[in-house]
Amino acid sequence: MAQATRKKLVETEVDTALDARTAAQSHFRTLRLGTPFQPRIDALGLKQDWYSWAGYRAPHSLWDEELEYFAIRSQAALFDISPMTKYRIEGPDAEAYLDRVTLRDVTKLKPGRVHYTAWCDDEGFVLDDGTLFRLSPTRFRLCSQERHLPWLLDSAVGYEVSVEEETEAVAGLALQGPTSFAILRDAGFAGVERLKVFDLAEFAHDGATVTISRTGFTGDLGYELFVPADKALSLWDRLMAAGELRGIRAIGYTALNRARLEAGLIVANADFTTSEHAIRTDRLRMPDEIGLGFMIDPAKGHFNGRRAILEARAKKKLRHVLVGLEIEGNIPAEHAIVYYRKSQEVGLVSAAMWSPMAKRNIALASLKRPYGDTIVDDLWVEIYAMRELQYQKLMKKAKVVQRPFIKLDRRTANPPSDF
Amino acid sequence: MTSSDLNWDAIVIGGGHNGLVAAATLAKSGRKVLLLEAGNEVGGAARTEEFAPGFRVSAVAHLLNRLHPDVVKTLELERHGLTVERGDLVPSVALSKDGPLTLHGAYGEVLTGASPSEQSAWKELRAQLLRYAGILKPFLARRPPDLGGLSLAEMTGLGQTALALKKLGKEDMRDFLRVLLMNVYDLLDEQLSDNRLKGLLAFDATLGSHLGPRSPTSLLGLYYRLAGEIGGLAGAQMQPKGGMGAVVAAIRAAAEKAGVSIRPASPVARVIVEKGRAVGVVTQSGETLRAKTVVSAINPATTILDLVGPREVDTGFVRKVKNIRMKGDAAKLHLALDRPPQFAGVDAAGHKGRLVIALSPDHVERAFNPSKYGEFSPEPVMEITLPSLADPSLAPSGACVLSAVVQYAPYALREGWTTGKPKFLKAIMGALETYAPGIGASVRHAELLTPADIEARYRMPGGHWHHGELQADQMLISRPVSGWSGYDTPLEGLFLAGAGSHPGGGISGAPGLNAARRIIAMRA
Repeated sequence: MAQATRKKLVETEVDTALDARTAAQSHFRTLRLGTPFQPRIDALGLKQDWYSWAGYRAPHSLWDEELEYFAIRSQAALFDISPMTKYRIEGPDAEAYLDRVTLRDVTKLKPGRVHYTAWCDDEGFVLDDGTLFRLSPTRFRLCSQERHLPWLLDSAVGYEVSVEEETEAVAGLALQGPTSFAILRDAGFAGVERLKVFDLAEFAHDGATVTISRTGFTGDLGYELFVPADKALSLWDRLMAAGELRGIRAIGYTALNRARLEAGLIVANADFTTSEHAIRTDRLRMPDEIGLGFMIDPAKGHFNGRRAILEARAKKKLRHVLVGLEIEGNIPAEHAIVYYRKSQEVGLVSAAMWSPMAKRNIALASLKRPYGDTIVDDLWVEIYAMRELQYQKLMKKAKVVQRPFIKLDRRTANPPSDF
Repeated sequence: MTSSDLNWDAIVIGGGHNGLVAAATLAKSGRKVLLLEAGNEVGGAARTEEFAPGFRVSAVAHLLNRLHPDVVKTLELERHGLTVERGDLVPSVALSKDGPLTLHGAYGEVLTGASPSEQSAWKELRAQLLRYAGILKPFLARRPPDLGGLSLAEMTGLGQTALALKKLGKEDMRDFLRVLLMNVYDLLDEQLSDNRLKGLLAFDATLGSHLGPRSPTSLLGLYYRLAGEIGGLAGAQMQPKGGMGAVVAAIRAAAEKAGVSIRPASPVARVIVEKGRAVGVVTQSGETLRAKTVVSAINPATTILDLVGPREVDTGFVRKVKNIRMKGDAAKLHLALDRPPQFAGVDAAGHKGRLVIALSPDHVERAFNPSKYGEFSPEPVMEITLPSLADPSLAPSGACVLSAVVQYAPYALREGWTTGKPKFLKAIMGALETYAPGIGASVRHAELLTPADIEARYRMPGGHWHHGELQADQMLISRPVSGWSGYDTPLEGLFLAGAGSHPGGGISGAPGLNAARRIIAMRA
């Protein structure tokens, strides 16, 4: 009898353990995670056109690509940036630490400011680019495309600093477009008019704090808002309500991707391959090879990749260059091969579009030096235009032009305009 | 004018034997060299020290078996008091209850105590081991090949190795490649049958590393040992008169003759880095000393993580340096004895040699097993020398010094060395008593240095005398870390010259010499 009881007990224990394990394994039932804004986005996602952004279910487009794009340029667009990887970096050595990890001089980044930066491995190849928010003298938020916790933690050896991933804990929204300022003001964020480009400040929201920065990925007037995940929906609702009469629209990535191209901004693993992802050795890129050379400050303290980058500059070992192209005609040259004298392959277009704002056929391309660097004439792109199940090959003249392709005064105007 | 007013061509950090060799070689090239030693005496782990009143002993290294001939020649050590004569070479004795077995001359030119068939098997194996070690030998005195950009000289060097391989003949070359990364246990089983001989070889292959004879690649340790030579004889060994400190004294004399300024009791606090370049050092007393070149002959991890600091180098490099495995697994025992011990069945010449307790490869393997889990060997293996027999000046009249390297003694003993040390000493004394009955009663003083003690006393992190495990993944182009094996570092003007660099530890002077040659070749 005693034995039987014991056996039963053991069985129950096994069942409990199994149940617990099964419960813990249910992650595979959710192939793509939702963000804190998912209930609102799902309700608006009429097209059901999703993609995976760092494991999250993110919309390519919610209702109409074209109109979503024009929401950015003519109204205000609300874009969920929660899947962006976010790190909270804090401690007395946080500034020195980030100055060593990232390219730009962090000692020049004042509290309440944001800058765009990038970071490299020992060989000087770009691991990622992202934005660095200085929330206080000793507290930062680093936002990036890829995940970097092991690298960031290993970089912390010798510094009094803590590095913590806060991607899940912090929800993010980009509010971009000419009416974005007016919406924030009407939503009651008093003082938001004082934010100049790359400024940030904290505002009260629903018993918590929202960090609003005048930043974005569109080249337009716009803001980014970070809020604790449990306050995400109330923030969304607050903005939607305030923006109703100012044309606020939720958008997907396709529209944003167009806006960023007009603004001449690059995307990791679209316009260049990050060094931890590159398998082929010639895919690795130094900052100078993707237009980020301006970030390098040899006069500042040591930073990762410094030796390799300065050596590559001195020994002229830079092999690629990223350029903006203006292409004749109006057919987007997406992923077209770039030729010199119509015959010699010298590079590839990584992003292209007909720009409604610039009224030009624009592209970003990665070229093999000296093409695009010292030789900029006689460049052509070969566009394969699909015409009723046949490719029409178009050889179009390409001109190297300055980025950004569009420059909007409202982006930087102070105070921001009320549209 | 004091030394701090001068601008030095080179500052060498660390007065271990490699630091002294590097300093002397650089000074001979016409450079103005300052050597800073943290301790009160130069020599590092190659000092001769008093451990009990009237008893002196070679501190960590007690046998000279690999002092590189190029070091002897470059520094003219014979003119500075180092003498090596055929008569100084000592045998290795494998102790056993069945009676000892002795390797005479240079690593067993003659084997006694074994059966005739074993003798002929040994003759063949010895020739093969030396032939294969000879292929690897030229690498010792060279920079590891720079895969990023091979110079003509490096190409020639590699070409010579290829040629040497080819000269082996097809069968031998195949066999060389077959056994290269093998474990010593299986190789011994293929060719020998006497457990005493196999035990001795298994011990030598794993001496100073965290490997058992059955661990893959353990044969490399034996090649490393046999790539060394003394007096032109591969595999030979001697006990220098006056202890290892006498060898250091000769190197020191050569350094001073060459004009090196030696400053003991001057620990370095940090290396000064300006714009990615090492430009000098600050001593712990706060003195700033500047130099065109800074050469660190101390531990590579200490150099990078403590003296330079992680902030001045890249994250990937810090990762690699932090990952260097260097937890020592060998202890050093010093006994002050009332009278010379008698090891049963061993003749007088044997007592002056190296006495090894490693009864079989299984004994070594079983001794190794507990160390994997943070425990010392309850039945340790060891090599014993009685240096005062050949050099009575090391002990009071009639008394005797015993010096032994004992394995395995993991650096991070799980129970901690405070309580573990007396237990380990008891285990060692138990083993000694078996082969030298009565030895326990004659002990006047015992000093057991665990890896933790060696770390503290000789500034060797992990108490590892190679300053980094000497295993395949931390050798040659991967020593001290992959990408930076050629004595230079990511910091311009900073070079590594200690045992942590290629080829590794032991009293060879090769890292110091190679580093100095590299600096001279770069005109740094």
